[in-house]
Amino acid sequence: MIRKSPTTSARMGVTRRTVSTGIGAAAMLAGTAPFNILRAQGAPLKVGVLLPRSGAQASIGQDCQRGVELAPAIFKELGLPELAIMNADTETNVEVARARAEKLINDGAQLLVGAFDSGQSTAIAQVAEQKGIPFVINIAAAPPITEQGYKFVFRNFPTAPMILADAFANQKEVFEITGKAPKSVVFMHVNDTFGTAMKNGVGAVMPKFNMPYQIVEQIAYDPTARDLSVEVAKAKATGAEALLMVSRLNDAILLTRELVKQRWTPMAVLSMGPGWYEDQYLKTLGKLSDDPMSFVPWYDPNKKLSKTLEAALAKAYPDINLNTNHIYTFEALLVAADAYKRARSTDPKALADAIRATNITDNVSTGPGIQFDAKGQNDKLKNSAIQNRGGKLVTVAPKTASNAKPELPMRPYDRRS
Amino acid sequence: MGPTVAAEIYLNVAVSGLLTGLVYGLMALGLSVIFGVVRVVNFAHGEMMTIAMYLAIVLFTSLGLDPLLMVVPIAGVLFALGYVLQAGIINPFISRPEHSQFMLLVAIALIIVNVLLIVFGPDARNVQTSYSFDSFLIGTLIVDATKVYAGVATLLVAAALFAFFRFAPLGKAIRACADNYTGALVVGLDVKRLYALTFGIGAACVGAAGSMLVLLFDVTPALGPALTLLAFIIVITGGLGSMPGALLGGVLIGLTEALAGLMFTPSAKSMFSFGLLVLVLLFRPQGILGNRLT
Repeated sequence: MIRKSPTTSARMGVTRRTVSTGIGAAAMLAGTAPFNILRAQGAPLKVGVLLPRSGAQASIGQDCQRGVELAPAIFKELGLPELAIMNADTETNVEVARARAEKLINDGAQLLVGAFDSGQSTAIAQVAEQKGIPFVINIAAAPPITEQGYKFVFRNFPTAPMILADAFANQKEVFEITGKAPKSVVFMHVNDTFGTAMKNGVGAVMPKFNMPYQIVEQIAYDPTARDLSVEVAKAKATGAEALLMVSRLNDAILLTRELVKQRWTPMAVLSMGPGWYEDQYLKTLGKLSDDPMSFVPWYDPNKKLSKTLEAALAKAYPDINLNTNHIYTFEALLVAADAYKRARSTDPKALADAIRATNITDNVSTGPGIQFDAKGQNDKLKNSAIQNRGGKLVTVAPKTASNAKPELPMRPYDRRS
Repeated sequence: MGPTVAAEIYLNVAVSGLLTGLVYGLMALGLSVIFGVVRVVNFAHGEMMTIAMYLAIVLFTSLGLDPLLMVVPIAGVLFALGYVLQAGIINPFISRPEHSQFMLLVAIALIIVNVLLIVFGPDARNVQTSYSFDSFLIGTLIVDATKVYAGVATLLVAAALFAFFRFAPLGKAIRACADNYTGALVVGLDVKRLYALTFGIGAACVGAAGSMLVLLFDVTPALGPALTLLAFIIVITGGLGSMPGALLGGVLIGLTEALAGLMFTPSAKSMFSFGLLVLVLLFRPQGILGNRLT
């Protein structure tokens, strides 16, 4: 029996099979290690978009979704990388928002966007920070969210004090342009979390602006109220010249109806929240919807990207005006795509670092652009004053971002054919 | 506010509350009729009301039919729905424990809410008629025209219902069932059919109220539970099973909410309705016009 002398390779324990395996492994390493960055660039970034698509805020969540739908085509034009959107429904519920955020991350989401509401966004921020996944807030105004020292949470939306400060500044600008200002107002606000926070904010911020009017009465009401006749009767009885409002959509419609029925046209309706500029308000009330002014986070109609976004929305949804929900949801995704482009990686820390270094000047919202401070807040954002006119919305202040002049006083309701 | 201005406002608000309360009363009347005869508490009452409101909206938007003119047809549709519901689903539960009936009707309510959500979506809807924004100016009193029309229609429907139960043979037969179930069986009345008719009549009241209320309120699928709760507050205040009690309860709740909103704070209106309910339960548990509890 001839015994074969062991070869060197055999001595080293290397067989033909192990060589093949080794070559395969080497090829895999060669295929991944040097080119992993490029591969990440080629694959879309998985973005979990959390919105209240059902429940009390369903219509707003669905409106925000329009901003999501418009993004891919525009991003392609801008040369931004593709995003793989993973939709999730918070059901207008804080606990559901938290659970959905966890599930999205478990399912592979590399960045989160959402969630319209401060409570839901707070819950998602906690999850994102804990898991180390970047979270870009589209709409939420409660200041504490970006005061927690979070490293993965970013907000491209003004806080409540920013909104209020700009609202009063813009009101003064409007009064100056028109040469007319009310001397007394009734402050009516919804009594939910948002309305109460705004009420407290008005008390703190308004004295700093030396406004031409006095608040003669404050009326808090339930945003789900079916009838607001008492509230309007009470406001009218004060003899105030104007209404300062913090409302939602349905109550804004109800209030307008009552104003008409109770034959009272205030000199101005100055709204510092949603409702008065929304499409459903305009459509439901027709000519009666004209003239109220809203002082809200908005867009600069003169910016190039605003025009692009407006055109895209008009094409996809001809009957819908561009609004806060579309703009800020679109911009949250813009932040994500821009950061992914610069990070050249899906690594959460690299993405967060890239978001922190964001400097987008070709954007939509009013203000110099999108940059984040050390807390993750875009503190450069500005509000706009918008006025309802002929079923459309025009921007009347600040002057640098306006496309029309403000009109005061409101035309009497009974003289609108 | 000066004293004259204050008096005007109180009068305005009171009239508005009274008229709204009348429509509330008609809604609650249906609940009271059903409980008074069938002894089943309809936990899907508000949800049935939203069906009526959506029907009115569909008829208005697609055919331009005024909801006030559609009171009778919508009441007819709801009558049929109520009849089928009682005859097909609720009758087998009549002799079962109350919690079974409760679960059945809550399940029906949930189904209605979700079907409406699927069909109409979550957005608030309303009708805007040519008189939606009208008001009557009587001296210094400004009265909402829609509320006046709805209030008058409510009184007509309620009068027709009272007349039916008092003078029509079928109405008398239904009352006989309510007064003495065994006796009604002994004299050969078809009690199950009468129960189905009663549920149908209660549902018809809801249909009539819904087609009027859609002129006053926006409707969403989520409105149902709130209306059910409101109907319960009204009938318990007025007296469960008492028809005049339901109307009185509606007026009282409408007035209480309106005046409390004016005198205190509007956001606490509901608190005063519940306060009235607690007082009634404490001092007259059977309700203001209800029969003494045994």
